[in-house]
Amino acid sequence: MPAVVPSLVGTEDALLQQLADSMLKADCTSELKVHLARSLPLPCSVNRPRIDLIVFVVNLHSKLSLQSVEESLCHLDAAFFLGKVAFLATGAGRDSHCSIHRNTVVKLAHTYRSPLLFCDLEIEDFRAAMAQRLVRLLQICAGHVPGVSALNLLSLMRGSENPSLEDL
Amino acid sequence: MDETLAEFFRRTILKIPMTEMMTILKTWNFLSENQLQTVNFRQRKESIVQDLVLLCEENHASLNDAAHLDIIYTQFHRHQKIWDVFQMSKAPVSFRDAEENSVWIRIAWGTQYKKPNQYKPAYVVYYSQTPYAFTSSSRLKSNLPLLGQALTVASKHHQIVKMDLRSRYLDSLKAIVFKQYNQSFETHNCTTSLQEGSLGLDINMDSRIIHENKVEKERVQRVTQEIFGDYPQPRLEFAQYKLETKFKSDLNGGILAEREEPLRCLVKFSSPHLLEALKSLAPAGIADAPLSPLLTCIPNKGKNYFKIRDK
Repeated sequence: MPAVVPSLVGTEDALLQQLADSMLKADCTSELKVHLARSLPLPCSVNRPRIDLIVFVVNLHSKLSLQSVEESLCHLDAAFFLGKVAFLATGAGRDSHCSIHRNTVVKLAHTYRSPLLFCDLEIEDFRAAMAQRLVRLLQICAGHVPGVSALNLLSLMRGSENPSLEDL
Repeated sequence: MDETLAEFFRRTILKIPMTEMMTILKTWNFLSENQLQTVNFRQRKESIVQDLVLLCEENHASLNDAAHLDIIYTQFHRHQKIWDVFQMSKAPVSFRDAEENSVWIRIAWGTQYKKPNQYKPAYVVYYSQTPYAFTSSSRLKSNLPLLGQALTVASKHHQIVKMDLRSRYLDSLKAIVFKQYNQSFETHNCTTSLQEGSLGLDINMDSRIIHENKVEKERVQRVTQEIFGDYPQPRLEFAQYKLETKFKSDLNGGILAEREEPLRCLVKFSSPHLLEALKSLAPAGIADAPLSPLLTCIPNKGKNYFKIRDK
């Protein structure tokens, strides 16, 4: 089977690096190759494999990280939004350091019809748990789990995790 | 020896950490080798200090000797004071860089009616052959003009100006005003952390992780290096920007648009090591490179207090 390829997109290299390391340590029956990018579009490359899942990492402590993600989203092909995009917000645990309101990312994820996950990536155990979750998500998006597709998963996740703002 | 003087000696010696005691006493060179050998340094500190004070009495120590000891202590603990920088002008100046040609002055302030307060002295460090003096912030602000005058006269200058530069780290202030900070050192923690990428983490050479945007990363490293150089930055704890400008708005007729009076606001950046922190912002992805020149000009301009007004 070909490798499963997630792309982690975010401005803070250290966080992406740590998350990538955790994902490589997680249980994964397929071969894993993690791409780290600061922003989109990615530089032109002939050899890039198909990307199975894009995770946009927003640090709630940094307005720059949100701004960069918002700009990157414009460059993404619409097809990805059918279940192959997820948002990950980090830093919610340290409320006094947050310069972005939680609702801002909730709204962003809602606009792009994609799931939003919260995780304080600086804490190793939380990061490991999130990494495992992302790997499962990734395997489904890559089509390596029979019977479940990215789109199925998206509609399943939307029900419980992302009530529409009108319902709130 | 008079009681107040003995007490002053006791308190001054008590301040000295035991690990530095011998070094400082030897530098002071007031008590002889033989005398120091008679002291049992294994006692409780209070007892050691008592013995030392008795020895000082034996030697008929004066206030001057106590002040001398206090200066030495301050030299060892210069970081406990916050230093202002003064620049004098119109003097025959020949620079002597990298030479410790410094004079440490200790001033205990008194008035006509009060004896000088030995417990709240001001310190001045003057580098002869240069127009610069550094003073520890005195609580008695009214003495400052007097001090300025005295310095100017003593050093045969014409005028003294307080620079917008202040820090705890005397050696860094020196490096900034004498422009000695941009010398590369062979190996230093700071350069390796820039190479290892953001926040000093080891770059995982795992081939299963692919870094896109390598070009952008390299650009950021290059720009940062051009601006901050390869060398360790001088150490400052803060930079302060006072803004006094009129409100400018894109929208026509906002509430503040008609306002004639300038808006005032103060922004202060604090850090245990401000310039190193600024240097690591862009590589860490927390800010875009290049940083604002208002931040990067600090060592160059020798300022960490800025006033920004409408032109």
